[in-house]
Amino acid sequence: MTLTSLAFYLFATVAVASSFMVISSRNPVYSVLFLILTFFNSAGLFVLLGAEFLALILVVVYVGAVAVLFLFVVMMLDIDFAELSEGFLQYMPIGATVGLILLLELLLVFGASSSLVDANPLPQATPEGMTNAEALGRVLYTEYVYFFQAAGAILLVAMIGAIVLTLVPSNNPKKQNIANQTARTRDEATENIDIEPGQGI
Amino acid sequence: MIGLTHYLTLAAIIFTIGVFGIFLNRKNVIIILMSIELMLLAVNINLVAFSAYLGDLVGQIFALLVLTVAAGEAAIGLAILVVYFRNRGGIAVEDVSQMKG
Repeated sequence: MTLTSLAFYLFATVAVASSFMVISSRNPVYSVLFLILTFFNSAGLFVLLGAEFLALILVVVYVGAVAVLFLFVVMMLDIDFAELSEGFLQYMPIGATVGLILLLELLLVFGASSSLVDANPLPQATPEGMTNAEALGRVLYTEYVYFFQAAGAILLVAMIGAIVLTLVPSNNPKKQNIANQTARTRDEATENIDIEPGQGI
Repeated sequence: MIGLTHYLTLAAIIFTIGVFGIFLNRKNVIIILMSIELMLLAVNINLVAFSAYLGDLVGQIFALLVLTVAAGEAAIGLAILVVYFRNRGGIAVEDVSQMKG
């Protein structure tokens, strides 16, 4: 067993175990932390596959942004999670049935179709003498530049949408009211007070 | 030797866990959103594995786009969740039908 196989089995085992913990934890904070562990292990798998750029993006985007967003929301909302997980066991049989059928189907399809690919090793995705990020950039910014722009537009829309949805209109907006400003006169804006010495106001 | 089948099997298992999680936590929207993230992660593993074993970078480009959409989806989903919590004082999924106009 080579080191690569060992690393694969390590990452895969931890990823599957922690993703199972994501759905079965009673406390959503633990779920988020196990989700982060799953993402880290998937990043390790991506490195094994030779996709270093995607591995780093996975850590930066998922762990750094999405998982922390989940953590913020879980901690910000005051929710009784014990009440929410009441019907936990009630849905277990149907969920397990659907899950098992789906898994068997997927494994059957993969087992039937992928033996051909395994038998014929094809050229590397990343060309020789080039890093993965460089190769990805050469394709992404030329052939797929419109998709790249569309991804940016999606992120912009998501950002604006999230802000618009959660923005609470303030009762006391710190805005400049020009009409009020120019309508002020010297008489109503200032006042002369004759203060006795040693007394203060 | 680790082949394509190993990665596809792993992705299938993680995807199934994601589906299972949606069934298991039907009342908790936060866990449901996390299950969707797990399913998207499984799809990404599939894409990258095919990209590596077929020698084609397009799979990784597609995985990048899936990652972008997943980030946007999580942001919007959580924003809707926060608004819903503000209006209702809870996040029980059964009452979501009142959101229809």
